[in-house]
Amino acid sequence: MSDFFLSDFATDSVDRSDKNAPGRLQTIEMDGIHDMGGMAGFGPVEVEADEPVFHQPWEGRVFAMAPAAMVAGCFTTPMFRHAIERMDPVHYLTSGYYEHWLTSVATLLVESGRVTRAELESAAGSFPLARPERPLSVVLDGPASHRFVVGDVVRVRDVHPSGHTRCPDYVRGCKGTVARVDPPSSVPDTEAHDLGAVSETAYGVRFEAAELWGEADDVEGSVHIDLHDRYLEPA
Amino acid sequence: MSHDHDDHHHPAELTAVERRAAALEALLVEKGIVDPTFIDAMVEAYAHDIGPMNGARVVARAWVDPAYRERLLADGTAAVAELGFAGAEGNLIVVANEDKVHNVVVCTLCSCYPWTVLGLPPTWYKSAPYRSRVVREPRRVLAEMGCDLPDDVDIRVWDSSAEFRYLVLPERPAGTGAFGEDDLAPLVTRDSMIGVARL
Repeated sequence: MSDFFLSDFATDSVDRSDKNAPGRLQTIEMDGIHDMGGMAGFGPVEVEADEPVFHQPWEGRVFAMAPAAMVAGCFTTPMFRHAIERMDPVHYLTSGYYEHWLTSVATLLVESGRVTRAELESAAGSFPLARPERPLSVVLDGPASHRFVVGDVVRVRDVHPSGHTRCPDYVRGCKGTVARVDPPSSVPDTEAHDLGAVSETAYGVRFEAAELWGEADDVEGSVHIDLHDRYLEPA
Repeated sequence: MSHDHDDHHHPAELTAVERRAAALEALLVEKGIVDPTFIDAMVEAYAHDIGPMNGARVVARAWVDPAYRERLLADGTAAVAELGFAGAEGNLIVVANEDKVHNVVVCTLCSCYPWTVLGLPPTWYKSAPYRSRVVREPRRVLAEMGCDLPDDVDIRVWDSSAEFRYLVLPERPAGTGAFGEDDLAPLVTRDSMIGVARL
C-alpha cells in the first residue's frame, strides 16, 4: 500500500483552480483536516510489509530539506507544522506524507521572500502551495505561572482558534486528570504565528475514554495527551 | 507505490512531485540556504544508522538490568543517552507494558515519533486511519493489526502532542530467561515499541 492510499477520495468535481479566491478561504476553519483524532470513516490501517525508510529518493531529499532550512533560520517547527495544516484539505488527503513536507517548506520560503513562486514554477511547472495564514480568531492568554499539580482535575477550554494549536479538537471541553507536570516549553500557538516564543508549563493529562467519546459498547481505556497550561481551566 | 513511479525512468519522465522536490532543492542550494552535504548526511543517517535497532538495544538492556529499567522509566531521555542515543527528538518518556496494561503511541495531529530510538515512522503510523481511529477504538485497531488483547487488559493510548515522545517498553517474552542482552535485542520489534504488537 502506498503513501497515496487516499487517492480514492480525490474527486474531479472539486474545483481547485480558484483556491486562493477570498470567498473560499472563509470556508476553511483551522479545526483542520490534520486534526484527525476520533474521525470516523477512514477504514482499516494499511500496513506495508518490509517498508523502506524512503520509497523514492525524493522523499529522503525532502525529509532532510526541512531541518536544513530550519537550521538555516528559515522557520521554526510550529511554523512548519502550521504550513502543512494550511494545505488545501483535498490536497492534504490525496498526497503522501513527504509531499506535505515539500509543500510546507516551499510555502514558507515563498512567504518569507527567500524563493519566489515564479522560480519554483519555472523549474517544476505547477507548484501547489498551502493557503495563506488567516487572522487569529482567538489568542489564548497565558497564565502568570503554572497553575496545576499532579492529581488536579482540569477541563480543556472549548476554544477553536483559526490558527495553529497543539490542543486537538477531541479533548476540548473534556475533563481529565493531571498525571505529570513537564518543564516549561514554547507555546506552539504563538510561535507558529511569529508572536514570539513564550515558555509555559505543559502537563501530561489523562482522559478516560468515556469522557471523550461518550457511551458506547466499545469505549474503554484512557488517552493520555500533553497540553500547555493555557489550554486548560480548573474543573 | 503509485503507478506513475517506475524504477527505470530517466529525467524526462520525472513525476510532478519529483520535479517539485528537485526544483526546491536546487533553489535552496543556489541561494546558499542549504548545504547539499547536510542533506546527503541526514538521508544517509536515517536510511541506515538510526532506526528501531536503537530502541531494541534500550529494551534489551532494560530486560536484563533492573536498575537500568528503573532509570529508563524515571527519565527516558537520560537513560537512552547512556547508550549513546540522543538527538533533536530526544525528549523521551518510556511507558511499560504489564500483564494487564497495554500502551500504544500515536500522534493524531501530525507524525511525532521517537526518532532517536525508532528512526522515522512507517507510513501507516502517519496515515489517516491510524491517527483517527486508535484514540477512539484502540482495541479494534490493534486486533486488525494482529494484536489481540485479552478483554481484561487496560489499554492506554499516548497521543504525542507536545515536547515528549513516547516509547513502549514491551514485556520480555516467556522462555528467554537464559538469553543475554545480545540475544534479546533481535527479538524486539519496532511495532512492539510503538505498541501495536506484543512479543
